[in-house]
Amino acid sequence: MLEIRNLHARVEGKEILRGLDLVVRAGEVHAVMGPNGSGKSTLANVLAGREGYEVTAGSVLYRGRDLLALTPEERAREGVFLAFQYPVEIPGVTNSYFMRAATNAVRRHRGLPEYDAIDFLTLVKQTMKSLEMDEKFLARSVNEGFSGGEKKRNEILQMLLLEPTLAVLDETDSGLDIDALRIVADGVNRLRSPERAVLAITHYQRLLDYLVPDQTHVLMEGRIVKSGDRSLALELEKRGYGWIEREVAGAAPA
Amino acid sequence: MSTNPEIAALANREYEAGFTTEVESDTVAPGLDEGVIRLISDKKGEPAWLLDWRLRAFARWQEMREEDARWAKVRFPKLDYQAISYYSSPKHKKKLASMDEVDPEIRATFEKLGIPLSEQKLLSGVAVDAVFDSVSVATTFRAKLAELGIVFCSFSDAVKSHPELVRKYLGSVVPYSDNYFATLNSAVFTDGSFVYIPPGVRCPMELSTYFRINEAKTGQFERTLIVADEGAYVSYLEGCTAPMRDENQLHAAVVELVAFERATIKYSTVQNWYPGDKEGRGGIYNFVTKRGACRGKRSKISWTQVETGSAITWKYPSCILQGDDSVGEFYSVAVTNHHQQADTGTKMIHIGKNTKSTIVSKGISCGQGQQTYRGLVEIHQKATGARNHSQCDSLLIGDRCGAHTFPYLDVRNASAQVEHEATTSKISEDQLFYCQQRGLGTEDAVSMIVNGFCKEVFRELPMEFAVEASKLLSVTLEGAVG
Repeated sequence: MLEIRNLHARVEGKEILRGLDLVVRAGEVHAVMGPNGSGKSTLANVLAGREGYEVTAGSVLYRGRDLLALTPEERAREGVFLAFQYPVEIPGVTNSYFMRAATNAVRRHRGLPEYDAIDFLTLVKQTMKSLEMDEKFLARSVNEGFSGGEKKRNEILQMLLLEPTLAVLDETDSGLDIDALRIVADGVNRLRSPERAVLAITHYQRLLDYLVPDQTHVLMEGRIVKSGDRSLALELEKRGYGWIEREVAGAAPA
Repeated sequence: MSTNPEIAALANREYEAGFTTEVESDTVAPGLDEGVIRLISDKKGEPAWLLDWRLRAFARWQEMREEDARWAKVRFPKLDYQAISYYSSPKHKKKLASMDEVDPEIRATFEKLGIPLSEQKLLSGVAVDAVFDSVSVATTFRAKLAELGIVFCSFSDAVKSHPELVRKYLGSVVPYSDNYFATLNSAVFTDGSFVYIPPGVRCPMELSTYFRINEAKTGQFERTLIVADEGAYVSYLEGCTAPMRDENQLHAAVVELVAFERATIKYSTVQNWYPGDKEGRGGIYNFVTKRGACRGKRSKISWTQVETGSAITWKYPSCILQGDDSVGEFYSVAVTNHHQQADTGTKMIHIGKNTKSTIVSKGISCGQGQQTYRGLVEIHQKATGARNHSQCDSLLIGDRCGAHTFPYLDVRNASAQVEHEATTSKISEDQLFYCQQRGLGTEDAVSMIVNGFCKEVFRELPMEFAVEASKLLSVTLEGAVG
């Protein structure tokens, strides 16, 4: 599904990713953890194709294709979804209009029939119900005046509507109380299928209580320095990152 | 943002309505003197009082200086008024009984513009008074309106059929001496529209007129006069596109509205005159005087405009709130791209008690576009309890454009409440990226964000116009982020 090889990327001239390798197979959920400034959000943004994130070396294959050659909207239409760490407000554009435009843009690309207003409304209301979201959010402007938790739920709502093949969650759990966290994780779990994969970037392991990953990776100074199963996340929670730093420093050639 | 090649390509797209129609025209040689004015009046078979009015305007105009009209924040070369031809009309002179008799070339032009002057329009409830160049070529649905006593016809027809009404109200809101361009219009106007709604009548359909400049070097001098008698209601739509021309074309129109007691006039405009090419060559100079008088108690005049075209836009649709409890509204979206300049806004003159005005102005500037909101809120001494709320928002796209706001307030009554809010923002890369990440193309994303920004104004437009306006906005904004 996703094959990242020796990825180097710069932001504002500063190298953030320094030879990142990561392979995610269809049907898997991977968690990427790491201290602040380790490159977690840069990884998410590079995958989504945000301007200003310059790839200087390495490759990213997505379903066998060169992901980096695609524009952001092409990536989205091909099934790459990014749940934003800071979802953006668009005043004057209703949430329902925005989501229908997006859903239909993606469906058009996939050769699926577009939803008309009624069908879409039925679908979106159903999906909102599962996320315990009030229908009033349909008529409100995209993310405008939403609380932090509401914005994150809105991201998950969009994810479920767009039915991505690869969902990248950029600290979707931050700022959520425990109930919201469970609802969001349930939403992501609903998406899980043998054809899909999830890359969950997170600071805390508590999301992983609900969203049990197949693999956990530690990102540090722009590289994956350690990979393991779910227990690695628990260990990080208990011991912090210091021990890995020392381990990496010890293993590095002089 | 400036590096996005997709957007740059869109920026270079040509004006879509840029085509001309070959119709044999009856055009007077360029130049302006008393003889030309007499000729225009004569060709139109006008009564002596109207010729006299034109000549007085012309005499006044000769004493005026164009420099005095150059206070707006727009720049343009000196205009040669002697190089303009002041009269042009399609050669069809006989009265037409149906659309089938209209020149096929002209019909094709309307079709290209997506303006079916046909059964479709009738079915959708719109009577169309089509102004092709300066003379009306077709008027529809007149009979039905006539049943209600509504007069909706070309200005020239009104002069013939309802001379007393025209004489009474012509120049009563915008006097012939008003300003350089309005005075010129008063001297040389060739046609336009006239509407009269009798007391207590609610006009059952949206009235619309499409204007189109089609004759090279022909300035258009339209004149519109709408009178809503006591308790009457009318919604009038004005929409324009113009074919591509290399030379600048002057468009100096005058619109006068008169609303009596409890009458409401809603005047909506979508303006898409040729804006010039991307280097700023050519394009229409749109110098328009639009003013409405709320003469009676509880009368209301509402202006809604979407200005996407013209090289230069200079217009301030205004309301004179004379009647107690009368209401004035101004909703505006103006877009400037490439080298377009716009200096637009409104004047709300509160004279009556408890008069109320609302101003919502949305300016979008991109490319090297320059845009100015200029508004005056004047509360007279006797206007006890007057209220105004103004909101002026500017959206900048790219870093070479400009937005300026000049709100003037003149309050002479201590009980007045006047509020002014202004914001300036930029389309952020974050918003754009967010949309793209959801699968929307750049163009769709920009259009969606800008439409959201303009929503408060668009919802004031009649449904069919709102769709057109939103489409126009997208076309105008192509390449906006480049």
